[in-house]
Amino acid sequence: MEFLVGTKFNFLGHRRAAFILSVVLIVAGAISLLAHGGPRLGIDFQGGILMQVQFEQPIPAQDIRDALANVGLADSEIQHFGGDREAIIRVGEEAGGEDVTDEIMGALNDAHPGNPAEVRRVELVGPKVGSELRNRATLAILYALVGILIYISLRFEFKFAVGAVAALVHDVLITLGVFSLLGLEVTLPVVAALLTIVGYSLNDTIVIYDRIREDRRKMYGKSFVDIVNTSLNESLSRTIVTSVTTLVVVICLFAFGGEVIRDFAFALMIGVIVGTYSSLYVASPLVVEWQVHAEARRRRR
Amino acid sequence: MTSKMRWKIVLVVVVLIWAAWRASYTFSFFSLSEEQKAATPAEQLEALENKSLNLGLDLQGGMHLVLEVDKEGLPADQASDVMERALEVIGNRIDQFGVAEPSIQREGDDRIIVQLPGLQDEQRAKRLIGRTALLEFVPVETPDQTDLTIRAIDRALRDTLAAHGELPPEPAEGMPLSEAEQMARERPFSSRIRFSMQIPFFLEEDVEWAEEQLARLDLDAILPLDPDDPTRPRVRLGWDKETRTLQDEKEYRAFYVLAADALMTGSVVISADIRPGLDPDYPNAPGVSMRLTRAGGRVFAEHTGNHIGEYVALVLDGVVHSAPVIRSRIPAGTPASITGNFSDEEARDTTILLRAGKLPAPMTIVEERTVGPSLGRDSVTQGIRAMLIGGLLVVIFMLIYYKAAGAVAVGALAGNLLLIVALMSSLPVSPKPALTLPGLAGIILTIGMAVDANVLIFERIREELRNQKTIRAAIRDGYERAFTTILDANVTTLIAAAVLLRFGTGPIKGFAVTLSLGILASMFTAIVATRVVFDLITVKWNVKHLSI
Repeated sequence: MEFLVGTKFNFLGHRRAAFILSVVLIVAGAISLLAHGGPRLGIDFQGGILMQVQFEQPIPAQDIRDALANVGLADSEIQHFGGDREAIIRVGEEAGGEDVTDEIMGALNDAHPGNPAEVRRVELVGPKVGSELRNRATLAILYALVGILIYISLRFEFKFAVGAVAALVHDVLITLGVFSLLGLEVTLPVVAALLTIVGYSLNDTIVIYDRIREDRRKMYGKSFVDIVNTSLNESLSRTIVTSVTTLVVVICLFAFGGEVIRDFAFALMIGVIVGTYSSLYVASPLVVEWQVHAEARRRRR
Repeated sequence: MTSKMRWKIVLVVVVLIWAAWRASYTFSFFSLSEEQKAATPAEQLEALENKSLNLGLDLQGGMHLVLEVDKEGLPADQASDVMERALEVIGNRIDQFGVAEPSIQREGDDRIIVQLPGLQDEQRAKRLIGRTALLEFVPVETPDQTDLTIRAIDRALRDTLAAHGELPPEPAEGMPLSEAEQMARERPFSSRIRFSMQIPFFLEEDVEWAEEQLARLDLDAILPLDPDDPTRPRVRLGWDKETRTLQDEKEYRAFYVLAADALMTGSVVISADIRPGLDPDYPNAPGVSMRLTRAGGRVFAEHTGNHIGEYVALVLDGVVHSAPVIRSRIPAGTPASITGNFSDEEARDTTILLRAGKLPAPMTIVEERTVGPSLGRDSVTQGIRAMLIGGLLVVIFMLIYYKAAGAVAVGALAGNLLLIVALMSSLPVSPKPALTLPGLAGIILTIGMAVDANVLIFERIREELRNQKTIRAAIRDGYERAFTTILDANVTTLIAAAVLLRFGTGPIKGFAVTLSLGILASMFTAIVATRVVFDLITVKWNVKHLSI
């Protein structure tokens, strides 16, 4: 079985439309990010306490809130988690010290003695550690981008590196934008997912760049636009097949991997889709734009 | 067949057999049921566990703590080795707790990472580990001062109770109060006290009541004042940690009136050891011998010389752990001994206490990640389910899309997974990398990405075949042309993984580990191993048609 072989899609013909689409997506995300004052950070990055509690029987969130109000924790955020027996309770760091988990469990079991609760997960991050993790995550993404920029500059030309990194920034921005629009939290695992997206999207981009490098030798004398279009078409079946296999497992992870890892899988899902798109419509078209402008300038001289 | 090819076959077979053999430990360990584990000799089980994959705390359940030692305000001589002592203190405390395989590591300048796998009682562990160890040697006040203090509390409590109308009723005409009622009216606090060896004791069931009453009083205004500094009391109060059975066979708890100022803190203790036969009265009981610093020894010598027959309490974080009596002056430079009718356990606890008290800096928990055992189990089940379903779909796709060649790629994928498990369970690094929940996700992601190398190769071979090349030439050129592409693509993913390894913490590191191992392993299985298979098929059977 084969598909997408011998295609002659004019990817570059639509590049302006694609740029507009990308810009619209990024701007939509950016507006949401600005309106919310940045990404919604999980406790990993701003400090705080998160508790996942499982009850024996279903319990309305309001009952949990009332129980917590008894110990002065009325401000905590309560959210059902993968069913109505389980809930996530989020408490700001200032609301209590190390003993707050003790207090919460005491309050829940006092208020609902017939429905005992079990601690499933506790995450406590001090404010200092939170800001450290924030710095580390930002640095990690920056270092990864710089490392990749250097590697691609060595293996290809600098303009290719710029195109690839622009595509990565594009992917990361859109994923963050989608998270902001949906009100999802950016946690450590989500940052790991962002870095994986960076690696994955690049994978796609490089396969195409490799093809361009090869076709440039083969198609000497043809215009750069034609060469890149040919390369995109020649590598299209591989791009789609790999994206499909990766997307399939990521969707399985999202659907069956459990609640704890769902946001992580969701970020990967967005990333794989956006990453495939950006390899076709952002990375290489940008190189083409650059080349076309450079050639035009040379001619003018 | 060329000799180069023969060597490649040998290499692939040897690596895959090694991977299967190493991974088999993991599979046999994790397929053991609880009953089977119980039936296996401990040493054998441990050996098997050591050779199998390590599960991270988020998968097996457990607690991950990051403690920060506050070095501020420490004198330079103490600050230099405070971290070593903090590590020892925490080690001691965890030993007391009895967790199977704890890990305690120093991180950076002032942090300690503690990992307690399979822990059940989160709160207890946190209290035990995170508390500030402030050990003090505090003189127990003389009977006179004790008496004064208790009477002062009596007076204040009587006024408070009267103000709230909680005193027993006044004697009515012709109905005199019983002696007990009279006592409860006049001395509401001390009427519940029983003295033994001149130390006040409360019945265990009265302790809570006494604590509540004391909490109602403004103790700073009531307690006898310090003659040298009348702005503060000269005494403080302290409960004993343990109950004691007095002559009437009932459980009592000692209530100490202590000097407000400690004689010295635990930082003067150089060492503390258990020694038998220190006390001629109890020749078979263990005693505790402790050596003090020079300065500590001088203070102790002076105090013990002037206060023979009095008690000195060992107070840890405000709770009296023991209060030995001073038998004689302990000259500076000689070891002090603490003796009595100790059990081995009591003697051991006392030495732990004395050593733990060497930490003069407070520690705080700055990060905690605890996963209950049930959630860990759920995560494993769900992760494996996601992996099986995702893997199955990929396998079906590869078989339909690439037919026989797809089957070769599926074989390579299986080899890849075996290699990941084998490498993770045998990497000679310490600590051994653990499989975390994001790590499991990394393996699942690898399934999708590892077939990519084969997809690249197969697409190339198809192209070469379309260009009318012979099968063998198409395979050769397909592999050669795809190779640089695969290398470039994988190096960039490895850059991202390396950054994660460097900057990530705990579970994220686990993700970076499986992702990089998966990529490296796929370079071997998807490129070298599949090539061997194709070469074998084409050379041996001289096929005319390639099913790809």
